[in-house]
Amino acid sequence: MRISKEEVAKIAHLARLEIGEADLGRFAGQLTDILDYMDILNEVDTSQTEPLYSPVEHETPYREDEARSECSKEEVMRNAPRSDGEYFLVPKVV
Amino acid sequence: MTAIYQMSLTEMSHRLQSRELGVEQAVSACLERMEATEPDIGCLLHLERETALQRAREMDAAGPDPEQPLWGVPVVIKDVLATKDVPTTCGSRMLESFVPFYDAEAVDRLKRAGAIILAKSNMDEFAMGSSTENSAFALTRNPWDTERVPGGSSGGSAASTAAGQTPLSLGTDTGGSIRQPAAFCGCVGIKPTYGRVSRFGLVAYGSSLDQAGPFARSVEDAARVLQVIAGKDAKDSTSSPEPVPDYIAALAERDDLKGIRLGLPEEYWGEGLESDVDGVCRSALHKAQELGAELVPVSLPHSPYAIAAYYIIVMAEASSNLARYDGVRYGYRDTSEKELTRMYFATRSKGFGREVQRRIVLGTYVLSAGYYDAYYKKAAQVRRLVREDYQRALQDCDLLLAPAAPGVPFRLGEKVEDPLQMYLTDIFTNPLNLTGLPGLSLPAGLGPETGLPIGLQLFGPSFGEEKLLQVAYVLEGALPDLPFPRGVDK
Repeated sequence: MRISKEEVAKIAHLARLEIGEADLGRFAGQLTDILDYMDILNEVDTSQTEPLYSPVEHETPYREDEARSECSKEEVMRNAPRSDGEYFLVPKVV
Repeated sequence: MTAIYQMSLTEMSHRLQSRELGVEQAVSACLERMEATEPDIGCLLHLERETALQRAREMDAAGPDPEQPLWGVPVVIKDVLATKDVPTTCGSRMLESFVPFYDAEAVDRLKRAGAIILAKSNMDEFAMGSSTENSAFALTRNPWDTERVPGGSSGGSAASTAAGQTPLSLGTDTGGSIRQPAAFCGCVGIKPTYGRVSRFGLVAYGSSLDQAGPFARSVEDAARVLQVIAGKDAKDSTSSPEPVPDYIAALAERDDLKGIRLGLPEEYWGEGLESDVDGVCRSALHKAQELGAELVPVSLPHSPYAIAAYYIIVMAEASSNLARYDGVRYGYRDTSEKELTRMYFATRSKGFGREVQRRIVLGTYVLSAGYYDAYYKKAAQVRRLVREDYQRALQDCDLLLAPAAPGVPFRLGEKVEDPLQMYLTDIFTNPLNLTGLPGLSLPAGLGPETGLPIGLQLFGPSFGEEKLLQVAYVLEGALPDLPFPRGVDK
């Protein structure tokens, strides 16, 4: 299946990525090659097969929903590009 | 006498515990080795010189603790594992300034066992790659031939351990990122069973595939590291309650391979192997036979589909996992944009490298409305079939054996322009991550034509690391000893 530059731009937009005009064409070609390769999966009959999303075999463990203090506000905030110590600061939303 | 940097983990640990070797002495020797080799191989992103020396002096003053199996041992950690107060960049501009306030569980366990972190190692950005060439910061070279790649994505850790910078390092394996670089650099690498080692603090790429594991220069050394990092962790619900056996004790239980059935998947031993890989791996099979193992032909019929299923799943998971990098709570932010949505676009487009963007776009595509069933669900169905193939083969055999990669380490730059060709270099390592089963890459010798190291992989049943280590240990004893890599010992 041929992926067009427009489709790449549309998908990239969904992922909040902006791909430059020069790269769009390149990406479109590479994505086409890669997805063409993926078509090999259509040779496999999976009509009777349940999908396997995780290899985990044990039951998911449950625990009490207890509040715990594991880190300080300073620790959580210290990697923020901008904060006032109380809140993460972002550019205006609208 | 062996130089300190040449010591195995087992020997160094013994000497540290008996105080024949001081911790500061060991740390200094490793730092010197790093200084001597880094100009040639460039595997480190961040050095913790002063903290490590300080810690070493404190430990020397306090004296050895026999309860700590890695007491005083210097280690290198792949930069995808969070290290408290030490930068953790994932090889990405996006996290260039990120300094975690906590340790990954695997790192914490190493520290509690007495290990000292000396450095963080280079990697493909967010572990996406097979050559470490996708790092935003450094070019890592193979210590055997500095014109070639060390493999990836844990290429920094593999090259570091192979070059003797420290006796061990940690890496992570999502689709072969421990086993393939271990093979390319001539060291032992283990991808444990999914759930054997906690993923807490391992920056997520493909959450249903990622596992952390050790690089070392011998099977025994690797077993000692796995012993420390394996086990249930309440902070990772996918970590398994399965008890951790005594791996070191298991090594002493065998001195031959009598009664062991080793399956040879026909899909891995056919055409397409480079002659050095074919020759060295087949001579290892011959040794296994001489040691008493029975070689059994087996088939993993869905192997030709595994790599496509793998890339669909890993890209889908990556696109979801990497949605968190939005320039708000941590990491890079583009400050030129004055509106929130524009800031997201600018941050992500400038913070992520090309390959990461490519995988996010592909992952978003396969998860998007109208394509979800055709790609993502289909891949997950094929994933089950791939796992059933392996389980069936392992019912009849103790372990499976295969080359770690179809070829020797490729040249720097050889595959960077063609992502699909790069993906196909993982053809022998990807399927195992789909199954969750454990694998070990063992140096099988140097190729007679290229003089480059060749790795043999062993696959085992779920939580079968004990058997994997046992068989690898016996086989290692019969295989040629690798010298130190010539690229760094001119």
